Amino acid sequence: MLLVSLVEPSFGLIFWMTLSFLIVLFILRKFAWKPILNGLKEREASIADALNEAKKMREDMAKMAASNEEIMRQAREDRELLLKEARDIRDKEISEAKVRAKAEGDAILTRARADIQNEKNAAITEMKNQVASLSILVAERILKDKLETGAAQHTLVDKVMAEAELRKS
Amino acid sequence: MMSLKALLRLASLLIGTLLMGSAYAQDEGHDHGEIAHDHAEEAPATVADAHTIAHAEQGGGKFNAGKLIMDHIGDEHGWHLWGHTTLPLPVILFDTQRGLQVFSSSRFEHGHATYEGYALNESEVVAVNAAGNVDEAATANIWDISITKNVLSLFISLAILLVIFISVAKAYTRRAGQAPTGMQNLLEPIILFVRDDVAKSAIGEHKYQKYMPYLLTAFFFIFLNNLMGLVPFFPGGANLTGNIAVTLVLALITFVIVTINGNKNYWGHILAMPGVPKWVLFILTPVEILGMFLKPFVLMIRLFANMAAGHIIALSFFCLIFVFGETNAGAGYGVSIMSLAFTVFMSMLELLVAFIQAYVFTFLSAMYIGAALEAPHEHKESII
Repeated sequence: MLLVSLVEPSFGLIFWMTLSFLIVLFILRKFAWKPILNGLKEREASIADALNEAKKMREDMAKMAASNEEIMRQAREDRELLLKEARDIRDKEISEAKVRAKAEGDAILTRARADIQNEKNAAITEMKNQVASLSILVAERILKDKLETGAAQHTLVDKVMAEAELRKS
Repeated sequence: MMSLKALLRLASLLIGTLLMGSAYAQDEGHDHGEIAHDHAEEAPATVADAHTIAHAEQGGGKFNAGKLIMDHIGDEHGWHLWGHTTLPLPVILFDTQRGLQVFSSSRFEHGHATYEGYALNESEVVAVNAAGNVDEAATANIWDISITKNVLSLFISLAILLVIFISVAKAYTRRAGQAPTGMQNLLEPIILFVRDDVAKSAIGEHKYQKYMPYLLTAFFFIFLNNLMGLVPFFPGGANLTGNIAVTLVLALITFVIVTINGNKNYWGHILAMPGVPKWVLFILTPVEILGMFLKPFVLMIRLFANMAAGHIIALSFFCLIFVFGETNAGAGYGVSIMSLAFTVFMSMLELLVAFIQAYVFTFLSAMYIGAALEAPHEHKESII
């Protein structure tokens, strides 16, 4: 009989339990569970977002690092290229300059040679002229000296006349 | 009104018979182990009862352990605090003849006095005639909705739930998106456990949200009251979750939710299980219909039996002291050491059981709800 009284649900407790439990259920649903579950969901969403963002960021960083590497490589290549070009240009300049210098030197030499020749010719001509005039002067002086007297002149004329006669005959 | 009362009495008789025949304890293999575990409950409650025991001894001559245990795990008008101090509680009677009657339980003077034609008979309010004899006919007219020990304990636990969870909810709105602190931190793992491991796993990702308020409230209500049952002194010590009226209401709510939300598929499986020969249905359909009621019935019995059994075992250990003490004081002291050790051990176990029973009730409720919502195709797969 004791056991039966134990398993006999009392009306009063059923009444109060139903009433108060349902009231509390509705109050908690509105003022507790809703904000709690929403808060949890929002926080989970924000954490998931943050994680995704971090993952994306990490990927971006990796991508960026890769692109940085690429840029560095490119830059290095560019530098190499530039240096090579610069070297080439320098070499070319130098060789060109050498060629030009040589050509110029050659030209100068040629010109100098021509000038020397000209000078030489001029000097020779001058010398010739001077020798000629000197010769004339010498001849003139000799003639002057030889034909200073009338007798000499007569002798000469006679001699020329004789020669001329000889030829006529 | 009368028929309802008769129905309650009939139900209780039925349950009693089932329990005595242990038809139920065996029914779910599951339960079996848990009942075995459960012997602990209320070490503390028992301490409170030591007073009652002493009292019983002084007043009633021979010590009656059975009565003491039943009195403790049952309900009472007024809350026995210590020694001869009892907190009087309001007695509220709805008498179909005399209307609403409200008076203090102290008027009964622990069952020794009658008041305005009412008296206490084994913790139950009965109508008495002028000669002081129980008037059965008049008693049938009484609807006792007194604030008893269990009702007060119910109010206290619900008030605690409200205070705790509304303040925690405020923390969620005030500190939105931030890490939890304090009470919020303590409860969040449990709330998440109920959400992820109970609701989501049993009902499914898409539909669980609607049932979360009930599952959470039921879980924390059971858990809190199981724990409060472990506390020996006021406001703990009432055997609320070990009271069949409380588990009846909880199971009934689950039943209503399942029945209201049952989809076509659910009813189809109950009334005409698909893929089964017609003649089998004559057997199967009644079984399925019975099963529909059996599920909440099992929920009710499981929680009640587990918690009540825990109280009974723990109290029995303490009663041993007095049973032995009655024959020889020395034996009483000797047994008390063993009883204390056992009770401490049982209390530890009960802490676990408090959680397990809250979890089991909530999880099975969620399972039944999940079954009521199951989509047809999933079901076919499970049959094949």
